[in-house]
Amino acid sequence: MEVRVQNIRKEFDRFPALHDVSLDIRSGELIALLGPSGSGKTTLLRLIAGLESPTEGLIFFGDEDASKKSVQQRNIGFVFQHYALFRYMTVLENVSFGLKVRNSARRPSKVDIHRRALELLDLVQLSGLEKRYPAQLSGGQRQRVALARAMAVEPNVLLLDEPFGALDAQVRKDLRKWLREIHDRTGHTTVFVTHDQDEALELADRVVVMSQGAIEQVGTPDEVYDNPNSPFVYGFIGQSNCLEVEISGGDLRFEGRSLGLNAEGEPDGVAQLYFRPHDVRLCESAENCIAGQPVSSRRVAGTRHIELDIGNNRPHIEIELPPSEADRLDRNRIAFKPTRWKLFRG
Amino acid sequence: MALDVTVQPVKLRSVTTENRIARFTLIIISLVFLLLILLLPLTAVFVEAFRKGPAPFFVALADAETFSAIRLTLIVAGVSVPLNLAFGVAAAWTIAKFEFKGKAFLTTLIDLPFSVSPVISGLVFVLLFGANTWLGHWLSANDIKILFAVPGLILATMFVTFPFVARELIPLMQEQGTADEEAALSLGASGWQTFWYVTLPNIKWGLLYGVLLCNARAMGEFGAVSVVSGHIRGQTNTMPLQVEILYNEYNFTGAFAVATLLALLALVTLVLKTLLEMRYSAEIAASRRH
Repeated sequence: MEVRVQNIRKEFDRFPALHDVSLDIRSGELIALLGPSGSGKTTLLRLIAGLESPTEGLIFFGDEDASKKSVQQRNIGFVFQHYALFRYMTVLENVSFGLKVRNSARRPSKVDIHRRALELLDLVQLSGLEKRYPAQLSGGQRQRVALARAMAVEPNVLLLDEPFGALDAQVRKDLRKWLREIHDRTGHTTVFVTHDQDEALELADRVVVMSQGAIEQVGTPDEVYDNPNSPFVYGFIGQSNCLEVEISGGDLRFEGRSLGLNAEGEPDGVAQLYFRPHDVRLCESAENCIAGQPVSSRRVAGTRHIELDIGNNRPHIEIELPPSEADRLDRNRIAFKPTRWKLFRG
Repeated sequence: MALDVTVQPVKLRSVTTENRIARFTLIIISLVFLLLILLLPLTAVFVEAFRKGPAPFFVALADAETFSAIRLTLIVAGVSVPLNLAFGVAAAWTIAKFEFKGKAFLTTLIDLPFSVSPVISGLVFVLLFGANTWLGHWLSANDIKILFAVPGLILATMFVTFPFVARELIPLMQEQGTADEEAALSLGASGWQTFWYVTLPNIKWGLLYGVLLCNARAMGEFGAVSVVSGHIRGQTNTMPLQVEILYNEYNFTGAFAVATLLALLALVTLVLKTLLEMRYSAEIAASRRH
């Protein structure tokens, strides 16, 4: 189901957690709320769920205003950060819970509940473990029980709070892929919260980047990575370098020299030049280029990361090159030019 | 010649262990202390009760007044413990799961019965319902008996034993947080279903532990009950009060026979408490203030 968040504001004891947030979530979409801690991403998720109520603003499920509905009436599936499995119930009882507590008019028969729960356990690959208690499961298995339990109620929207936060790296990777598969198969509209950019970029159809209670940018993983619309997004997603430059007459100048980069239409003055470490091209000479002295060099998987001191006590610049190319370089001086970049002011 | 060297393992003392003499002395001191102060009096109770053989012991228990005291104790505990269970759960729930003004005050208030002398706890009800008060006049005009009657005993007992359940549950519920409840609500459960299927199972062992302690105290309470009882024989004497009366009348066998029952209750409580602690220590909050 499509979910629309309209001008939501949320305060906790007069402390603003979200200011004027609006977001359209399309039906069947897998969307990530990405941001550092304190950015309001979990608050937004809990507001959609109905576990918190907004100070101002509306939330629509389809065409229906859900803002005044209780969490029970919204029929959502929520997966909690630490799963919140019912420890005195078996895996099967946990998964059946949402159907069992329905009033008699909407409750399926016992046989149907049992069948449905087993189906879901099969879907999350936990067949055979239905009689276990949560304490007898590994972290990854608990996570999958929590997901099966949330899906059992045929939710309008599936909400996951840091779904992989409490798992170790390898399990996390496997579950990520697996969640994507489950989503593609079941087609539930899904929103998940994460502070891990890799997770968001790899898993989501669209990423919502949040900071300090506001949405910074919404876009596909490619859009937010290749076209960040603010210094925050540049800094938060992936690696980036920032350099103070001057613009005069549509020409970018660094330390009085032209960089040969076209900035037509930009007003004259000082601006910050942002670029990714891998979006650079090496130059033969320092002319029309940024030059610096390598201070450190690290090999990270298939690339070499070189840190450059460009003088005048400026922050170091990091560039990434293929090792073969990097090994042929002059050890004392490296000159380069950004190939893909963006200017911000202020 | 083969070298036959056996390496003797050197016995190293763990850093937190004292030397043998110090250890021995400390153990002896604690043992002697426990024997003198705890075990000896407890044994004396049983010895004294059976001094003249088992027959007088059972005769003493079959005495009509003693029997009525036992009955009254069961009634008082039977009413006040369930009520305190309900209030205790409600208070713990309120304090652990909600944020509100005056929460710290409420938490302190729950501890009040522990910090006030039981005699005072009884006296407040005398001051509240006594014949000289406005409330007392109204009650006697309407022929409602509270003081020197069963309701007074129940009220005083409840006052004294209120903290046990709540004190046990508050830290437990605070530690468990609200995620389980939120999960149940998000799955469509009503508030009552959430409480019944999720909250209650989560706290059951801590609750049982609190009820056990509450019951032991309710049956054994002397001070507060003594003030509001009026000591009407066969009517308002609970077991501890009956022990005192029999003792003052030099009926030692009788006094110690009833005391035996109370001691047995204490022992049973101890055993159950230990069992609960052994099996569910993780789930029973470590609130060892009492």
